[in-house]
Amino acid sequence: MLESNSETATSSTAVAAAVSGQSIVASLVDIRKTYYMGALSVEVLHGISLDFYRGDYISIMGPSGCGKSTLMNILGCLDQPTEGKYYLGDEDTSQMEDDELSTIRGARLGFIFQSYNLIQQLNVLENIEMPLFYQGYSEADSHEIAMGLAARVGLDDRVDHKPFELSGGQQQRVAIARALAVDPLIILADEPTGNLDSKSGAEILNLFDELHDQGKTLIMVTHSDELAERSQRWVRLRDGLVESDDRRNA
Amino acid sequence: MTDVTLDPPSSRIRLGKAPSSNSGFNFIRFKKITQVGIKSIYSHGLRSLLTVLGIVIGVAAVIAMLAVSEGASFEAQQQFRDLGANNILLKSVKPAEVEESSRSGFGPPQAIIYGLTNADIDTIRNSIPGINNVIASRIVKKNVWNNGLNINTDVVGTSVDYPSSRNYNLRSGRFFSESEMRDHANVVVLSDEVANVLFPIDNPLGKTVKIDSDYYNVVGIMESEGYSNLGQNQAGSSNAAPSRIFIPFTSSKSRFGETTTRQTAGGMESETVELHEAIIQIEGQDGVIEVGEIIDQILQRRHKDIDYAIEVPLALLRQAEESALRDQIVAGAIAGISLLVGGIGIMNIMLASVTERTREIGIRRALGAKRRDIIMQFLIEAVILSGVGGLIGVVLGIAIPFIISAFWGMTTIVTPLAPVLAFSISALIGVIFGIYPSIRAADMDPVEALRHE
Repeated sequence: MLESNSETATSSTAVAAAVSGQSIVASLVDIRKTYYMGALSVEVLHGISLDFYRGDYISIMGPSGCGKSTLMNILGCLDQPTEGKYYLGDEDTSQMEDDELSTIRGARLGFIFQSYNLIQQLNVLENIEMPLFYQGYSEADSHEIAMGLAARVGLDDRVDHKPFELSGGQQQRVAIARALAVDPLIILADEPTGNLDSKSGAEILNLFDELHDQGKTLIMVTHSDELAERSQRWVRLRDGLVESDDRRNA
Repeated sequence: MTDVTLDPPSSRIRLGKAPSSNSGFNFIRFKKITQVGIKSIYSHGLRSLLTVLGIVIGVAAVIAMLAVSEGASFEAQQQFRDLGANNILLKSVKPAEVEESSRSGFGPPQAIIYGLTNADIDTIRNSIPGINNVIASRIVKKNVWNNGLNINTDVVGTSVDYPSSRNYNLRSGRFFSESEMRDHANVVVLSDEVANVLFPIDNPLGKTVKIDSDYYNVVGIMESEGYSNLGQNQAGSSNAAPSRIFIPFTSSKSRFGETTTRQTAGGMESETVELHEAIIQIEGQDGVIEVGEIIDQILQRRHKDIDYAIEVPLALLRQAEESALRDQIVAGAIAGISLLVGGIGIMNIMLASVTERTREIGIRRALGAKRRDIIMQFLIEAVILSGVGGLIGVVLGIAIPFIISAFWGMTTIVTPLAPVLAFSISALIGVIFGIYPSIRAADMDPVEALRHE
């Protein structure tokens, strides 16, 4: 029953993509999220259904309080929806245990935060290696992968620097390398240039373009229209509902 | 509306099983987490040092206190062991009221008669089986001369078995023999202390010393005893000087007589004492304490005044062992409390560390760390802190007793068990006091943790 429901959502929201025959990497099916504060309950998301396709470059936009962050937390498997289903690939994550969610986060998702969120005691290489460590990669493998990614984001000469020795742009590049380490299904970016000057911000966006060209799936939450301009699809939220879902016609 | 033909192209991609990475113990993982733990401890150098100090002091205190109390009890027990575990010691003691009456009397001093008698010894011998030997002694205080040098010392008239009954060995020469005993011979064995005073340069063996008007041949020298075996209430002598010399019992009786006179603060004082002390040797240690009680009963019946004292070294040894155990429990408990305080210090620091690193916990959770990874990380950190503290504590705890021994001459004994025990307890404390903060860290909501400033 729900299956057919999701198919309906697919065909109605992103017809263009469906027609092009791309495969779905993630889909949200009637996601609702209610927060309880004592006797008070507030429903933040009122039923969101979205499909994300392989190679999508999506901006999720909307005013403060529209539910962007909540949706992002659910997409990142950091939070569970109160109702609805969230498929990552063909796996339904909405009923998963904490340990399974940890594994999903580590193996399928890459996070890029506004404030970089690097671990200060660890150097660049160790920060990039961290998701690999939790996935049980061997030391040699994770070293090789991390060195490759450091080179890719142009920091191979700074691998033994600590985060505080780097500029904001460089730190965010480390974070991108870290997000790419496990070759995730989706890269989630939350205001990735929010703390950066325009030059560093542009560098980050160029990197995102490269990733998009290489076929990575990117979902970005942003306030900034300028930032959203670079993406291929725009999802606007308002009051916990999808207001619009547009795709660049290229 | 839904077109079936559109369905296959836009299908959800099939994923293989996500690698289940956390199955079982993984050494690399453990090593990595340990490295991270060491890094984080190192990055808070002073704070970690102060935390560790609590455990260091606790562990060192446990080991040092146990070593000191073990040493003290060993010393105490050794004293009683030297008295002979199968001996019962009898001593003559001047009764209090006799002393009073002699003070108040006028005229020439009269001889006070008190103490153990040969008849007492015979009764004991005849009524109790299993008595191997009785070594009875008379102790008279005399000036002993070697030409110009002299010393006032206890002259002990005793039997040939005296040294063996007290674990008291000769340094050189020999003890007097049975035949010298029979002959009332004028032979003497000096204590080490007396020999040093009377013969500071030359070897006293073969020389003579003068007591009253008689000359005695020196045949042997005892090794240094360090303290008086019979303790403070030495019969026949007011102080417990270790300086004593030994002559045959028979010679003492015939040279000095039954009654001895000595100078006191009130004038002259005479006393007649048949035997000043007697060592009763029992066969085996089993019945020693009971035999001691029986002897006490016999003597109570035979003596009007309490002019004797009875000492059972084995009973004293048992008491010493008991009180030593008590001391060790008290010392261990006090030191244990300081370990506990150290553990609470670790918990405090770990809780602060968890709060401080909330953001890091959120990041790690977002990047795939499971609850148990976070628990492991903080637990390992707590165990490293307490383990390092424990190791330093063990080193200090072994060093301190050495220093105490070297500077104060106290006997200290570090039993191998104490460091092992103290270190294990410290590691255990790391686990126990690390668990709560670790669980608190792992139970944080990843979203909240990531939002933490």
